[in-house]
Amino acid sequence: MTDDPDHKVADMTAPTHPSISIAPPGAGLGRPAREPGSAGAASIMELRDVSVFYGDYEAVRGTTLAVQQNQITAMIGPSGCGKSTILRALNRMNDLIPGARVAGTITYHGQDLYARDVDPIEVRRRIGMVFQKPNPFPKSIFDNIAYGPRVTGMKVSNMDDLVEEALRGAALWDEVKDKLKSSGLALSGGQQQRLCIARTIAVKPDMILMDEPCSALDPIATAKIEDLMYQLVSNYTIVIVTHNMQQAARVSHRTAFFTAEVDNAGVRHGRLVEFDDTQKIFTNPREKRTEDYITGRFG
Amino acid sequence: MSAPALTAERPRAEELSLTRKRVRVGDLVFKLALQTCFLIGFAVLAALLLWVVVKGWDRLDSRLWTEMPTGRVSRIDQAGVQSAITGTLWVIGLTALFCIPTGVFAAIYLEEYANRERWYNRLLELNIQNLAGVPSIVFGILGLGLIARQFGLGFTVITASIVLSLLVLPVVIIATREAIRAVPQSIRHASYALGATKWQTVSRQVLPPAVPGIATGSILALSRAIGEAAPLIVLGAVSFITFNPDGLRSRYTVLPIQIFGYIGKSQSEYVELAAAAIVLLLAIVLLMNSVAIFLRNKFQKRW
Amino acid sequence: MANRTAIGPAAGNQSLRRGRRHPTERVIGVLLVVAALVSIATTVGIILALVEPAIEFFRDVSIVDFLTGTSWTPTFAQKSYGVLPLVVGTLLVTSIALVIAIPLGIGSAIYLAEYASDRARTLLKPVLELLAGVPTVVYGFVALFALNPILQKYWPGGSGPSFQNLLVAGIAMGVMIVPTIASISEDAMSAVPHSLREGAYALASTKMQVATRVVVPAAISGIVAAVVLGISRAIGETMIVTIAGGLISSEVDFNPLHAIETMTAYIAAVSSGDIPVGSIEYKSVFAVGLLLFVVTFVLNAFSIRLVRKFREVYE
Repeated sequence: MTDDPDHKVADMTAPTHPSISIAPPGAGLGRPAREPGSAGAASIMELRDVSVFYGDYEAVRGTTLAVQQNQITAMIGPSGCGKSTILRALNRMNDLIPGARVAGTITYHGQDLYARDVDPIEVRRRIGMVFQKPNPFPKSIFDNIAYGPRVTGMKVSNMDDLVEEALRGAALWDEVKDKLKSSGLALSGGQQQRLCIARTIAVKPDMILMDEPCSALDPIATAKIEDLMYQLVSNYTIVIVTHNMQQAARVSHRTAFFTAEVDNAGVRHGRLVEFDDTQKIFTNPREKRTEDYITGRFG
Repeated sequence: MSAPALTAERPRAEELSLTRKRVRVGDLVFKLALQTCFLIGFAVLAALLLWVVVKGWDRLDSRLWTEMPTGRVSRIDQAGVQSAITGTLWVIGLTALFCIPTGVFAAIYLEEYANRERWYNRLLELNIQNLAGVPSIVFGILGLGLIARQFGLGFTVITASIVLSLLVLPVVIIATREAIRAVPQSIRHASYALGATKWQTVSRQVLPPAVPGIATGSILALSRAIGEAAPLIVLGAVSFITFNPDGLRSRYTVLPIQIFGYIGKSQSEYVELAAAAIVLLLAIVLLMNSVAIFLRNKFQKRW
Repeated sequence: MANRTAIGPAAGNQSLRRGRRHPTERVIGVLLVVAALVSIATTVGIILALVEPAIEFFRDVSIVDFLTGTSWTPTFAQKSYGVLPLVVGTLLVTSIALVIAIPLGIGSAIYLAEYASDRARTLLKPVLELLAGVPTVVYGFVALFALNPILQKYWPGGSGPSFQNLLVAGIAMGVMIVPTIASISEDAMSAVPHSLREGAYALASTKMQVATRVVVPAAISGIVAAVVLGISRAIGETMIVTIAGGLISSEVDFNPLHAIETMTAYIAAVSSGDIPVGSIEYKSVFAVGLLLFVVTFVLNAFSIRLVRKFREVYE
């Protein structure tokens, strides 16, 4: 189990002790294990008792966590427990849904993200997002990448250089450098997702949010994207929602575990259960629920 | 794997302020422009329709259907459009009889029986789509050249009905096809699996749920036919008809043609009479279209 | 063994051969094919009805003279059959109509698809479809008796529009086409997947940028199809131009303030008059009709291909 170079999905039905069944973060891929909770890493985003409502319905509540700079923070948990909802609150994508509102505080570099005079578009300029299903525009690869800089009015001395830089940053340059004018839709699923990542880093964001970026991809494409995350994190801060526990264990520094609870009226609400260094979550979690989840007893 | 060359200039601390840097004037102007586009179109149309109602208000009474048209100004107070109303009923009744069964059957053929791969079936589909775009006056020429003269049916009710049927047939076919397509395949499979024949499956399982869609298409087709004047002009319908049709081979007039005839007169009293007749025509057409749209919205997405 | 009641196919009907059980199936099958063939018969009929007399016409008037001549005087003593005055009339009124219909139609569509709330859209879209059903004779009537007097009254400067003119006909025609263009363009834009919009918003786009840089380009073939359909309707429209456009066609005239005859108005005018069957004027109707048919046919074929291409991308 500790050596998993082909990234096979772990056998979740075997009830073994957590410290054996889950690989220490980073192991098995020839990568150094994560330094847990590196002292000195600044937290650039803090959530305090955050809830997200759709109208009167509280979709997720009680979320308190901090995102450290240049680290990968993972959010895991079963379906429907609010992970994506919280993620979308971080770059104000929930604003697009009529009736959505956020309670609690989210501070970004010390500023309240939902203050009245905050421009959501400026927020998204700094906090980008990659979606579950790759969604390149029906334009050329070049225009896909140039789109962000153009609409945000970035002063670009040479767009060709910027496109190349973004594609290299997404580990896609070599594969597409000869066909920049061809349609972005003509690429494979994994390539499209890397194109979306390249598109996102082309506007030079501070943080990148990833909403289950690999769930629509095959294992090989998934591995490429995970490798990419390792390279990106030295320049960006990444928050990733994932269904795949091993992925969270492999790539992230800190992990937040969410669950869903049904209240007296039979309504489901999501809730943050535990947030800690990844190593600790997967080897010695504090909460029993967390332990149950990662050992496969539920979810 | 190539190492990422990240020479990015990260936003500096002072740039991290998230406040609104500028009011996006361009965006607001754009939104306003779009709303204006929308409003102008509607407003102009609404204003014109209102004008027609006001213009014809004094003549909107029972004289419209109790009195026949007249060509003499002196008798205009006792004029109406009775022959046009009855003519419309005759012509549209026959049109419905021709085009609805034909259209439904043709749609059934295309959806249930035709092998899509065959070139002649694709040609058939293409042909119907093309016909949907042919100007209505060309159908009039078809009627003139072939039906009225060649087939000897003359400038009669039956010719008008045939021509209008052919004109609106694509509407019925396309609407019926969509209604049939909305029925899930599982229903058909279940029926076949029980040993039913194709026609039994179609008539008992596919058509019944498609009826609202077919009704919608038929109503839209007929409402279009009611408002058509151009093909009938070519078919020589523009003459003063002051009698109600008395058979298939009778001469006739219909509302839009009678309106056209009144418009051609120079005296202003005719204008008011024409306006009243237009209000009647509009009421019928808009009522029919409303019913059709209501039907469609109500019965859509039943699956 | 106890007697078994038959549970299979009725004893006397063991045959599996097709058609044995249901002769009605064959009859139905034939009826269906016949119904489908009616549409083919229509097209064949149209072509025959047009081509035969047109060929006779072109025995007396050369095609070249017809297509390039600038004098259309079938009723004068000196008969001339150059169709360009009619063609110019048609193009002129169509252009005026499009100048109005394209911005209003596409603007309305963008508003409905991207800016209007869901409630507004469910209310307004049916209204749009309803308005598309107004008979064209109504537009002709209001053009002549309501719009034109206004134009004449407020026209700045010298001689304004005449009693019938292509400007007012074009304006009315433009308003008539707006629902068509708006409805089809709105369908095309609504069909653009929401994931594209999300991707654009995540890249810090404003609503206007999402609408103009992502949605409209993605829906463009549907929008162009809508416009082409609008053009085709304008070219083939008869009542507005007959009532309000005018019936003068002797020379090519580019001034929309004048009464100018279009192709469709000519056909309508001649047909409703007393023209002896078999005369050359009678046949000229078919020649013009043929030209009209060919032009709209080409436009429609183009539009159909565009719609097909659009569907391929998204379905």
